[in-house]
Amino acid sequence: MALPPPDPQFVLRGTSAAVHTLHFSCGGPEPDIPLLFSGSENGFIHVWNLKTRRVDTALDGHGRKSVYCVETMGGKDRLLSQGRDQRICLWDLAEGRTSVTDSVFTEHVGFCRCSLLKVAQGRWLMAMAARSLEEVQILELPSKTSVCTLKPEVGAKLGMPMCLKLWQLNCDSQPMLLAGYEDGSVILWNVSMGKALSQLICHQEPVMSLDFDAEKAKGISGSSEKVLSIWSLNEQQNLQVYKTHELVNAGISDITIRADKKILATAGWDHRIRIFGWKKLKPLAVLDYHTATVHCVSFSDHSNPRERLLAAGSKDQRITVWSIYAET
Amino acid sequence: VCFIPGGLDCSISFVSHVLGKVCVHGRQKEILGVLVPHLTDLTKSDCIWQRICWRLVECVPDRWMEAVVLGFVQGAPGADVLSRLLGNLVLKNKKAQFVVTQKMLLLQYGHTTAVLQNLLGYLSLDSLRRTLLLRVLQELLETWSSSSAVKHSPAEQQLYISKAILICLSHLKEPEIESCRQELLTSMMEGVKCHLDSSLPQLRRLGMVVAESISLKINTEGPVLKFEYEEDDETRELKSLLVQTPPFCVVPSLPDDDRSEKAGAALPLVPESNEKPRTAAPLMPDEELDAELDSDDDLTPYDMSEDKELKIKAPVYIRDCIEVLTGSRSEDVDKWEATVKALESLVRKNPAATREVSVELAKILLHLEEKTCIEGFVELRQRAQVAVLSTDPIPVAKYLTSQFYSLNYSLRQRMDILDVLVLAAQELSCPKFHGKTKHSGAQKPCIQLLPGSDSSKDWRRIVDERIKSKTRRFDMGHSHVELVSRPNEFNSVAGHFFFPLIRHFDRPLTTFDLLGEDHLVLGRLVHTLAILMYLAVNTVAVTAMGKALLEFVWALRFHTDSYVRQGLLSCISSLLLSVPTERILADMTEELLETQSWLGDVMEKDPDGDCRRLALQNLLLMENLKKKLEAVPS
Repeated sequence: MALPPPDPQFVLRGTSAAVHTLHFSCGGPEPDIPLLFSGSENGFIHVWNLKTRRVDTALDGHGRKSVYCVETMGGKDRLLSQGRDQRICLWDLAEGRTSVTDSVFTEHVGFCRCSLLKVAQGRWLMAMAARSLEEVQILELPSKTSVCTLKPEVGAKLGMPMCLKLWQLNCDSQPMLLAGYEDGSVILWNVSMGKALSQLICHQEPVMSLDFDAEKAKGISGSSEKVLSIWSLNEQQNLQVYKTHELVNAGISDITIRADKKILATAGWDHRIRIFGWKKLKPLAVLDYHTATVHCVSFSDHSNPRERLLAAGSKDQRITVWSIYAET
Repeated sequence: VCFIPGGLDCSISFVSHVLGKVCVHGRQKEILGVLVPHLTDLTKSDCIWQRICWRLVECVPDRWMEAVVLGFVQGAPGADVLSRLLGNLVLKNKKAQFVVTQKMLLLQYGHTTAVLQNLLGYLSLDSLRRTLLLRVLQELLETWSSSSAVKHSPAEQQLYISKAILICLSHLKEPEIESCRQELLTSMMEGVKCHLDSSLPQLRRLGMVVAESISLKINTEGPVLKFEYEEDDETRELKSLLVQTPPFCVVPSLPDDDRSEKAGAALPLVPESNEKPRTAAPLMPDEELDAELDSDDDLTPYDMSEDKELKIKAPVYIRDCIEVLTGSRSEDVDKWEATVKALESLVRKNPAATREVSVELAKILLHLEEKTCIEGFVELRQRAQVAVLSTDPIPVAKYLTSQFYSLNYSLRQRMDILDVLVLAAQELSCPKFHGKTKHSGAQKPCIQLLPGSDSSKDWRRIVDERIKSKTRRFDMGHSHVELVSRPNEFNSVAGHFFFPLIRHFDRPLTTFDLLGEDHLVLGRLVHTLAILMYLAVNTVAVTAMGKALLEFVWALRFHTDSYVRQGLLSCISSLLLSVPTERILADMTEELLETQSWLGDVMEKDPDGDCRRLALQNLLLMENLKKKLEAVPS
């Protein structure tokens, strides 16, 4: 007899706007407070203290335009945020400061979240959708120099890039980019050469979100239809479809794989969060709490596995935090 | 008749005279039936015989030329044969030219497509004759694009002319098209406008097919005109005419049957190939299964039985529905959709609640526009309207009929009002309808993209059945099951549906002029009145309705639009069937006599075939009335 799904461990209220993005920063040693960063539709980034479960700081840097991506860059003192004001802001949050140290004007009017990858100490690569319709630009941070621009071939008709993921197999290998596009295809790019290595049509509708497991060379993508698509990368760097999984209701906003690669979570338009096992995509749980579409899910980076959390942000302005499969 | 071959110089004029005399006496078929095959064979390769043949026809005296030419054109098995037989007769002889280029194409319209193919093919086969072909095309296009021709000529003639145009187009070569491209374009634009203005769907379709074909010919690259219409045998046949089988193919069965190529008259929509360029076949996960049994086992799934499809709940109260439908919260589109879908059943389940807000609901529904893409939105809205009208007929009918004649409604909305009135009347008057309009779509004169010529067909069927049932003298026994009887709810409201509609038809508004441009709506109105009259049988108001209807019909009886006239004749049918005989004869005798003479006129002289049939039917009904009266012992 299967147990009923667990309730959220706690629910964070107070954003007063739909929550579009979440990011944990709990990896620091003991005196450090575990934090959760959330970006909302009203342009604020809230820094939640997970001990007190209250907002510590609210950052206003995007002119009240919706913030749809937050990431930390090596610790909770440096934050990157992306908003609908076409800017990517770099924040310095050390010692209680809340200032924007730098910003990149992307001229991108879509909703494509940027992707960060640490390539060396103090150096990051950032992939972002650029001004031109189908292009993805790779910048080096913090220098903001352009590394390359990834342009699909003429007449490819991919549409906008919808989601990006920069990855590299290990520190010495070349950085790669997986990009999901509006026409439902996923392309693997080699960043150093600026060339597309492989293209796979995964969905009939735009790819809403994707995530990739570099060790197993397997990735998953979700779209506005009812199908989750799992694909793999073979030795020749070609993408192939591995499996598909059909959902009960259509529409996935976000997918994320937990760091230990055991489970993954999807945020659905049907207000539900679904948990699957990553190995065989076995459905494990359906978490039903939110009353509107769930925009984002994120796993925490606690060093102690038992403390690991899953957070979900929704249009109903709540952030639910769950502790699920934390013992394994 | 046999000819002496050889170099003998014989005079053929005697033979021509004989031929001419025989043809003019109506024996074309017999004599040409023998002559033509012989000549076909003989002229196949022999030039002398060809010239003999030409001499033969050239020598026919002018007064008999028409009959002979007609006979040849009809009897020849193909355009090339005709060309061999007649040669350049049309260029040499004025009468022949007149017959071929004017009489057979513009003044007559009874010839088959085969004959048209012969004629026009013949004109196209010789370079000297091609100028005639162009001239013919111009004249045909002039007729096709003239609005009075479209309005007044019979449908068969218009079909004939359309066919001729298409065949001409199929024969034209590039340089010729170039030279007359501008005229083709102008005629096409004018012609398509007149055709689309017509109330008869057949004429509209004809216009669309011909316009598409012309557009195809003059725009070989670039976008081509394409209309949306239902394909049927006629349109397919027309389109097949655009392709010519090569002229040296003497196939007696003509390009008519050549349906295989639809000439690209409708550009085949290239189906968006569903490209799935999978770089390789999907990997079978079989091998991995055994190796991974362990690691996933320690993750026990939770109970997921609650995970079902997300359903948006529709409101349960009518007033909530009103709120949702009028609400400005554009976010709740799911709720709006659910409300639209649930509204009809809610209205029927809560008649008392509906009656409180009926007029408001009717107003909302009349103005309701599609916010999201729901399947069958038009039908859902209409069913909800019918439900509201049936539940609270008098106030809602009052509202709807007043809106019919108000400013600032679209034609579509006005026609919707008429449809809703008819459907509700049907529901109220018929014992079978318990709010379930499960009747086959054919009976409902509603949701049509083309205005109800379908309804007039059903009309005829219904009226025919009624006539049959009324003329039966002997009761054949109870062969049918007794229907459950219900009080006729239409009785108390029939007048409210009918009289307001008839009241203001001659009062033009700024945006709506029934007697002027909006004859389409007038046609629909007339058909609606006919149906309401029919449904009013056994009601108290039926006689008053009948009188008013008779006056209305009398005022409009000479209307130029055939659809309106068909409607008027249906009105008379309904009247004769619904109003009790005694009342007809008591109150409406003089009017009926006048109507009878009008009907006789229509039956003989009306250009539209349907009108003539309906007039005949009405006269039969009147005969039956008289007989009935005579049969009753005084």
